Amino acid sequence: MSDSTDTASAAKPTRFEPPVSDASQPFWDATREQRFLIQWCTACDQAVFYPRENCPACLGTSFEWKQASGKGTVYASSVQHRAANPMMANRVPYVVAMVELEEGIRIMSNVIDCPPDDVVVGQPVQLTWEPLSDGRNLPQFSPLQEG
Amino acid sequence: MQVSGLRGKAAIVGVVDAASPTGELELTGRALEVDMISKALDDAGLTIADVDGVTHTSSSMQLAEHLGIHPTFTDSTSTGGSSFEVHVEHAAAAIAAGLCEVVIGVYASTPRSDRKRPRGGAGRGMPPGGMGPMAEWEMPYGLQAPKGAYALSASRHMAQYGTTSEQLAQIAVSTREWASMNPEARFQDPITIQDVLDSPMQASPLHLLDCCLVTDGAGAFVMTSAERAKDLKKPPVYVLGAGTCHDHMMISQMPDFGTTPGVQSGKKAFGLAGVKPGDVDLLMGYDSFTITALLHLEDLGFCEKGEGGPFVEDGKTGPGGSLPMNTNGGGLSYTHPGMYGMFLITEATKQLRGECGPRQVEGAEIAVAHGSGMVLSCMSTIVLGTEASL
Ligand SMILES: [Zn+2]
Repeated sequence: MSDSTDTASAAKPTRFEPPVSDASQPFWDATREQRFLIQWCTACDQAVFYPRENCPACLGTSFEWKQASGKGTVYASSVQHRAANPMMANRVPYVVAMVELEEGIRIMSNVIDCPPDDVVVGQPVQLTWEPLSDGRNLPQFSPLQEG
Repeated sequence: MQVSGLRGKAAIVGVVDAASPTGELELTGRALEVDMISKALDDAGLTIADVDGVTHTSSSMQLAEHLGIHPTFTDSTSTGGSSFEVHVEHAAAAIAAGLCEVVIGVYASTPRSDRKRPRGGAGRGMPPGGMGPMAEWEMPYGLQAPKGAYALSASRHMAQYGTTSEQLAQIAVSTREWASMNPEARFQDPITIQDVLDSPMQASPLHLLDCCLVTDGAGAFVMTSAERAKDLKKPPVYVLGAGTCHDHMMISQMPDFGTTPGVQSGKKAFGLAGVKPGDVDLLMGYDSFTITALLHLEDLGFCEKGEGGPFVEDGKTGPGGSLPMNTNGGGLSYTHPGMYGMFLITEATKQLRGECGPRQVEGAEIAVAHGSGMVLSCMSTIVLGTEASL
């Protein structure tokens, strides 16, 4: 077992936690330091999301990882009035949204820290994190704080 | 070499479907499938010995073994709800190419009565290919499957084009009007726009009555060559054109949440058929949710992109309207056992044969069956026509 100060690994999951694939290992590793890395094809000079073994544009295999600014806008949004699974029951109603990041990729996430019905398409949001039970962090978004 | 080698080469010659107002059927599983196949063959005036092509969404080999036949054409393509349109497309191409002569397709699913069965039924299916990226990039966020995916599309469409909840509700209202003329429909009582808006919100902006049913249901079709079709029991319903396109698997990878790959599948199918949206007498457009049907109207070219809301507002897709849509009552009011595409084909065929009683579309010559699979992921469009349309 890990040492007794590692409380995170002993924590119980409070939602479905994402598995890690070979291609996405760098992404999830970086979330431990609350950094959001985007897989970047060096041949096309463009973002690839979700992370995978080949660039879907050129099938190339040469990548670097670039840190995202964490700023984006809501592309689509839906308030869930019923839980998708029992682990989400205590969060109802909650927002699932597609967020378009400044870097041009679109990811699914939750928009938190505001009344669910206030979330609208086009709204600026910023990255925040929710700890997972194994020390990784899950990307979340909250309304952009002005100034 | 003919450009459109598909047009009029194959025909649907037998169909059947089954559903009930209780939402439940007595038979289940393979027994229900074989019952459907027998009835569809009988409808065509053919027997199982005539069959040399088999399609199925999970295993055409297992089905053929069960039936004791040795087909020379086999297709287990699964694209979710649009699988049956894809099967018709592939079967038409195979028949046109001479690979086989008589092809069957079948579907049976009993999610409602399965709840009472000891094993608890088949349970919720996983997408073919496993959870993979979906587990990693979608499941942590708690989007209800599948309705949350359609809700995201609806939210985008509303923000982009000004589509309203009232306009989406009108689709449910018009579809229910058709269902009131189908004695087998699960729900037959009329509803109003206010009823839809007052029904519980599931995943905003979609209310309960924006969502399809969960019922038992089954169906089958038989296809053969145009030549052989002439001598069978019922008037042939010809495949005039077909097209399929998918542009994502999970919703978060959909390129444009307000536009489906029906743009491509429809263009292909209409092009092969040599017909325009204005020529279509009946649209059977997969209605897993109200937004699904609205997207079909735009993407198949019945109206401009973004104009689907105003287009449906006057009830033109209901009885007596200029574009009858989902005349059996659709997935919203007739039946929805999970993969609804089979019922688009059976109803379109029955309408083109003039067999639909009070809900018959007078003089229907050209019908479109447009299936949607997974989460707006795979669209498959079949243009069907009577002999007069050839
Ligand atoms: Zn590339």
